Amino acid sequence: MLELQHISFQVEDEGSDKEIIRDVSLSVPDGKLVVITGPNGGGKSTLARLIAGIEKPTEGRILLNGEDITEMSVTDRARRGIGFAFQQPVRFKGIQVFDLIRLAKGKDTKMVDACEYLSAVGLCARDYINREVNASLSGGELKRIEIATVLARGTALSIFDEPEAGIDLWSFQNLIEVFEGMRENIRGGSILIISHQERILSIADEIIVIKDGQVTGQGSRDEILPKLIGTTMAMKACRMAPGEREAARG
Amino acid sequence: MVKLDEIQLRLLREVADLHKVPEGAYNIRSNGTSAGRASTANIEIIPKENGSGLDIRIKPGTKKESVHIPVVMTQSGLTEVVYNDFHIGEDADVIIVAGCGIDNCGPKDSQHDGIHRFFVGKNAKIKYVEKHYGSGDGSGKRILNPVTEVYQEEGSTVEMEMVQIKGVDDTVRTTTAKLSAGAKLVVRERLMTHGSQRAISTYVVELNGDGSSADVVSRSVARDDSYQKFDAKLVGSAACSGHTECDSIIMDNGRILAVPGLEANSVDAALVHEAAIGKIAGDQIIKLMTLGLTEQEAEEQIINGFLK
Repeated sequence: MLELQHISFQVEDEGSDKEIIRDVSLSVPDGKLVVITGPNGGGKSTLARLIAGIEKPTEGRILLNGEDITEMSVTDRARRGIGFAFQQPVRFKGIQVFDLIRLAKGKDTKMVDACEYLSAVGLCARDYINREVNASLSGGELKRIEIATVLARGTALSIFDEPEAGIDLWSFQNLIEVFEGMRENIRGGSILIISHQERILSIADEIIVIKDGQVTGQGSRDEILPKLIGTTMAMKACRMAPGEREAARG
Repeated sequence: MVKLDEIQLRLLREVADLHKVPEGAYNIRSNGTSAGRASTANIEIIPKENGSGLDIRIKPGTKKESVHIPVVMTQSGLTEVVYNDFHIGEDADVIIVAGCGIDNCGPKDSQHDGIHRFFVGKNAKIKYVEKHYGSGDGSGKRILNPVTEVYQEEGSTVEMEMVQIKGVDDTVRTTTAKLSAGAKLVVRERLMTHGSQRAISTYVVELNGDGSSADVVSRSVARDDSYQKFDAKLVGSAACSGHTECDSIIMDNGRILAVPGLEANSVDAALVHEAAIGKIAGDQIIKLMTLGLTEQEAEEQIINGFLK
């Protein structure tokens, strides 16, 4: 279980302190899929980065299974079972997709296992396994590989920062299935997704709403989701232009 | 064949991936003398009369054969200049593996200057691999100054892989190439310098015939207090295409100077250069740390990938 206790995070902005996260307390119980939503700029991604250790809170404590990890490095948190999928995945010259999956999963990872993770995110493994994780990959391809690295890690807590960003409709469909699959196999682990996609919110066990750096809503999906429908906090996956809609039908 | 000691065998493995006597034609040079040599029906290795090097003659039409000419030095204070000429017959398709490993445990500098000339016949194709490696903890420097001259006849292809990853204190690499019509040159250079090493690499590629092309790409990492200079010049004097690229990572107090040069003497010459120097991106390190690597492990992985 992950617990955030009175977390605040300030940055210096033009000489004055700006508070991005204000006294946030929440928990992600074991075996649950929790989605954090909220308006853009509300602090969702910052919260995810604080949990992964990429940023350090100015105040408050972060506990993982009762252990205080607030002062721990990104590496130590990763080794204790936190996986993190970046909103904007990083490119590496020369490092191949297989290398990255092997770094995630472990040295002994077999090619066939690595391919399974790629297939799970809708990539034809044969075409991608030896590709370099460089600028030759599209944003959507990169994003799916990023998600595959987190799947490969099989961590107790997997965090996905806006996994749908930069992904096309077909892949999005696939993505939902990936999360549903993860959820089936969740056992004691938990999943935390930052998203404002209605489809992702609709598979959540719990939903947390973050606005202006504060928790403004927290509860079960059935309790929270109806209040969000129709707002920017629960967007439809795709709005086709009329021409495209006809083409899709024809 | 002269028996080689453990250090010499290790150097051979490093520079030529050789675990035993190679198949095909070879000459192993150890501490200034030949430690073994073999020619084949199609590839003849002949020592020059004045003893300054080798003439390697590859018969026209020779296919799928290889030549290994590694050099190992373990004697501190040895300085040598070696001239090797490769005559590659028309339509041949061969792999040439050179490379030099120096182990210097003594106080004096050890230096090997290999001057290689390639005369590549019409439609011939060669792949040339040259690895440099230094080891030993003596105060004497390990110095390598390779000079490579390439003369390509019509329709020939030369692919060069130049690798220097570790242990060479001082290198001045000079490569020149002259290409006739339809000839193609591809160079992939990988370099890492550390300590107070210095590596200078200069290319002058003349694209003299219509349809000729050159692609010279250097990837390098400069660590500690090392210094690198990459000076690549393409001269296009026909309807040709050329591309040079210097892509470098600097770390610590490393310094890199990239000097790309393009000279077009024909309106149909299409020449491009790219150069980028910078430190390892912070988000690359963080991404690998989220996979459980330490900062140092992440850096190593990024560099290994970059130089792969």
